[in-house]
Amino acid sequence: MGKGEDGGLRLRSTREVKLETPMASDEVRSLRVGDVVYISGTLVTARDRAHKRMMDYIECGKPLPVDMHGIPIYHCGPIVRRTNRRWIVISAGPTTSMRMEPYEGYVIRRLGIPMIIGKGGMGEETVRAMEEFGAVYGAFTGGAGALAATLIERVAGVEWLDLGMPEALWILEVKDFGPLVVAIDSHGNNLFMEVYREARGRVDEIIRRIEHKV
Amino acid sequence: MVKFESLITDVAKRLLMYAVTTLPPDVKDALKEAYRRERNPLGRAQLEAILKNVKLAEETGRPICQDTGTISFYVRAGFYPTKLHRVEEALRRAVEEATTEVPLRPNSVNPFTDENTGTNLGVGIPNIEWEFTQSDYIELTAFPKGAGSENACAMKMMLPSEGVRGVRSFVIDCVLKAGGMPCPPTIIGIGIGGTSDIAMKLAKKALLRPLNEPNPDPRIAGLEEEIYADVNSTGIGPMGLGGDVTALAVKIEYAYRHPASYPVAVAFNCWASRRSTARIYSDGTVEYITHGQG
Repeated sequence: MGKGEDGGLRLRSTREVKLETPMASDEVRSLRVGDVVYISGTLVTARDRAHKRMMDYIECGKPLPVDMHGIPIYHCGPIVRRTNRRWIVISAGPTTSMRMEPYEGYVIRRLGIPMIIGKGGMGEETVRAMEEFGAVYGAFTGGAGALAATLIERVAGVEWLDLGMPEALWILEVKDFGPLVVAIDSHGNNLFMEVYREARGRVDEIIRRIEHKV
Repeated sequence: MVKFESLITDVAKRLLMYAVTTLPPDVKDALKEAYRRERNPLGRAQLEAILKNVKLAEETGRPICQDTGTISFYVRAGFYPTKLHRVEEALRRAVEEATTEVPLRPNSVNPFTDENTGTNLGVGIPNIEWEFTQSDYIELTAFPKGAGSENACAMKMMLPSEGVRGVRSFVIDCVLKAGGMPCPPTIIGIGIGGTSDIAMKLAKKALLRPLNEPNPDPRIAGLEEEIYADVNSTGIGPMGLGGDVTALAVKIEYAYRHPASYPVAVAFNCWASRRSTARIYSDGTVEYITHGQG
């Protein structure tokens, strides 16, 4: 650990922002890495197979079953239960976003997605698309499925249920959905990469110490 | 007395329900302690959301995390059971019923066709690990494990000359590569020695040990401490957003090795370290070890 008062950690001041969907592009551009966002409005869940199908639809010029413009994509495979013809979300935390890296840059560019919500961060291609098209990545607390479910007011619809419950497009109405830490902003900043670079420096140092100890 | 198979099914279903909705006390304590220690505001915010989530899940009976995982059972069987050949069938029924009743997310997929069975059953799933003991009970542990942490597991056949130093370097390298993906603060299980398969089984078994119990061998407990300090000095922090707490605990299990082999395996568990244990005695009484009285 470093010698500074903060132990070498980057201590950011956190700014809290409440936003509604559809998200306006100037609001999205104003967000910076480290901001904490709470979303009210609509989110659409999509995992690996839904992304693959989105890409196929876009390439064939086929319209998607949901108008995604200004709507955040949530990387989530929820547990949903059907009671009296109503869908109830039981648990709905984020899934690892990196799996969607092969698709997300393309999806952001073609659909005008303002925000990706997930966990663990994304790769260079997505960061580039976010910078070009004015989108951000919001990290939601991994494993917080019960908390997420209580912030979902209603299931407004579901599409592509043939992909299975976790893989379908769930259209969710949410209230103050968060905390979402802006981890990639639309100015090329990537908090996960910053943390990784600093950690790599420390790990190199630890390994040097281990290897040279007699 | 209830029929043996029904009793096993009933206990296993309860264990699955307890495991996915309520963390064992040692994990809850470790998370509270992590919140006290964490200084990075973003890390603190993550731990705050985690603690809020744990409380909500317990109060509302919802699964803590929507990824209720791939299910493993650890069975330690003593003298009395005469119908051990029925246990597997009873556990499979428990998994199928718990999937609709709790509910659990269906997570069992054919690797060739991508077809999801919808029941959490499949070839080789749930996984059942057997051990035989000198006791008059069957001890049953349910261990549903999420994919985020599973995908960060790794093993390496090291050179014997690398030894313990090689183990430390390998673990810290795995932690760096994993970053925020296994949902830190994680629990890190390390299996040393044996053969390639034994090392990973030991690493998984290490994840079952309560977090406040160091290895009984003081030298190995010392190594657990050292690696714990290594991991928590990386600054990766809760959810990989930076901070003091990257791991809640490090646990090591070992076996003797071939002179020419030095296998080492690292198994991660997410902060939502779900496990529950019960003992079923020969007279039919059931004792819930991790989750109090059922």
